[in-house]
Amino acid sequence: MTGKPLISVRDLSVHFSISGPLFGPKKIVRAVDKVSIDIAPGTFFGLVGESGSGKTTLGRALLKAVPITGGQIQFSDNGVSFDLSELSKADLKEYRKRCQLIFQDPYAALSPRMTVRDIIAEPLEVMKLTSSREETDERVREIAAKCRLNLEHLRRYPHAFSGGQRQRISIARALVCKPRFLVADECVAALDVSIQADILNLLNSLQKELGLTFLFISHDLSVVAHTCDHVAVMYLGQIVEIAPTKKLFATTRHPYTKALLSAIPHLDPDAEKTAIKLEGEIPSPINPPSGCKFHTRCAFVQDRCRNEEPSLVVKDDGHQVACHFADELMGKTG
Amino acid sequence: MSRQLISVRDLTVRFRTDEGLVTAVDGASFELKDGEILGLVGESGSGKSVMAKSLMQLNAGNTVYGPESRIIMRDGENGGEIDVLSLTSAQDLKMIRGGAISMIFQEPMASFAPAITVGDQMVEQLLLHTSMTKRQAKDFSIEMLNRVGISDAEQRFDQYAFELSGGMRQRAMIAMALSTRPKLLIADEPTTALDVTIQAQVIDLMKDIVAEFGMAILFITHDLGVIAQTADRVAVMYLGKIVETGSVRQIIQAPEHPYTKGLLNALPNLDDLGAPLTPVAGDIPSPLERPSGCVFHTRCPQVIAGRCDAEIPEIIDLAAGHSVSCFAVPPPVEASV
Repeated sequence: MTGKPLISVRDLSVHFSISGPLFGPKKIVRAVDKVSIDIAPGTFFGLVGESGSGKTTLGRALLKAVPITGGQIQFSDNGVSFDLSELSKADLKEYRKRCQLIFQDPYAALSPRMTVRDIIAEPLEVMKLTSSREETDERVREIAAKCRLNLEHLRRYPHAFSGGQRQRISIARALVCKPRFLVADECVAALDVSIQADILNLLNSLQKELGLTFLFISHDLSVVAHTCDHVAVMYLGQIVEIAPTKKLFATTRHPYTKALLSAIPHLDPDAEKTAIKLEGEIPSPINPPSGCKFHTRCAFVQDRCRNEEPSLVVKDDGHQVACHFADELMGKTG
Repeated sequence: MSRQLISVRDLTVRFRTDEGLVTAVDGASFELKDGEILGLVGESGSGKSVMAKSLMQLNAGNTVYGPESRIIMRDGENGGEIDVLSLTSAQDLKMIRGGAISMIFQEPMASFAPAITVGDQMVEQLLLHTSMTKRQAKDFSIEMLNRVGISDAEQRFDQYAFELSGGMRQRAMIAMALSTRPKLLIADEPTTALDVTIQAQVIDLMKDIVAEFGMAILFITHDLGVIAQTADRVAVMYLGKIVETGSVRQIIQAPEHPYTKGLLNALPNLDDLGAPLTPVAGDIPSPLERPSGCVFHTRCPQVIAGRCDAEIPEIIDLAAGHSVSCFAVPPPVEASV
């Protein structure tokens, strides 16, 4: 990675307390637990993992949309920098102009009572970024064209649009305030494959044109593989492997990443099945396993994994993995 | 050899709405044999679910079936046949719904009643469809929960749907659907809401079940990878029409219809990360504005001007079991008979 990262996260923890028994200690969900990542400007940073692994919570923490329990998040862009753990109200408003979120479900994310123009213009009006209606309209038309929306459609309501068009409206709304950093949370999961490719291509060209940085959250490794420059794999609130995308897929090191990869149904019905089948389901984050959190489902588990928690170790050239036996397992497929 | 179980001929389904008649399924025909898994693919709005629900007459009250439409199902015991669309009495329909045909849905959370235990729901349908006593039904339900890989089945029997995880709920759904020993199982996007790891487990389970129970499965999904790993034959639907059918190898390895090719090209390929993604151009048209001629011509890269937008392509047979309806696909040279 060259230069200063746009977002630098150090030992970030987000814990939620939930009501336990009436008397006795409160239970704590460690949704994100001591996570450190660097996101370089102008890149797609992918975050994968099963549901319940803490991907969304990490994404929200970077937007300061959930309270942070511990650790630092530093945002720096063009000489402006924010420390997210101690933002004043005024700074938070400034920060929000630079960071936006694209949601998963374009059917739920758009108000059915607002026209497309009003939906896209709302961030500008709320943050008072424009001084006149003409200026607002100008900005809306400009971003709508960039997102390949038909300008005639701006007067219509969301119900008139298909899933792909709605997602383009969501993207336009996220981009209208000219943010630098976007969190795309499962933004293609609800779309058909034919449309999915279209939205991914659109995000890619917008990223190049506007120099944006994305945190791209997805459970679909093949989508992440095609879109992202860097990928981090999460399991039960922790990052188990981070690497540049090509490296991660060429030399997968963590058994969990291997299992995720082999679980993708192969398009060739005659493909050889070397799948590592994961037994069972992700354990509850209220009561995570001791030692390596993945040991209850790992095919290569040893005594050491049950007792000692592995830390994220740099292997070669930016490839980090948290597994005691990453080197021994290199060649094994299961 | 396996016998034909169900035959669908010229199925046309329309809905009466305020905006007029909306066509959801348009002249679809297919067959299913015992023990066969037929994959039904297409984007949202292509009519997959409506077609599947027609097999049980489960569509809403404003449904109009075409006069030519026939759904003929073999009646197990005496070799007779049931004309599903002609059934009207609740008693007859009960034989089909949940009896001969069971269905599992995409969202198991939405399909279980939230305030009744999973076990009570399983027992209820066994009492309706079989001659079991309550005691027998309970024992059998627990046995089925065990069979689909749910641990502590006896304890799960008394739990509510919200207490189970997503994968477990889908397993319970499968157990429930299978417990009446249906001849046909309709699985409507059964793995779409699940994580890939759990999806792999559910796919394995469904394959085991076919091997063990010998029922046919109509497997609806938009995920071609899932189809490749489960189905024997595949039907591709677009705007209510079946545009291509064939064995899973014919469809995945040698697709002919431009839409099938488009769907395959749009998939991210893990073996070639640098390859560009090619979406199917444009959006699926609204069912209120069905294109004339071939329904796919508005998005087709191989469109023949003046022909595709005017005439409706016939279904032609290319090879054994492989048929397609497209003007751009050359018909096979007739072999001398």
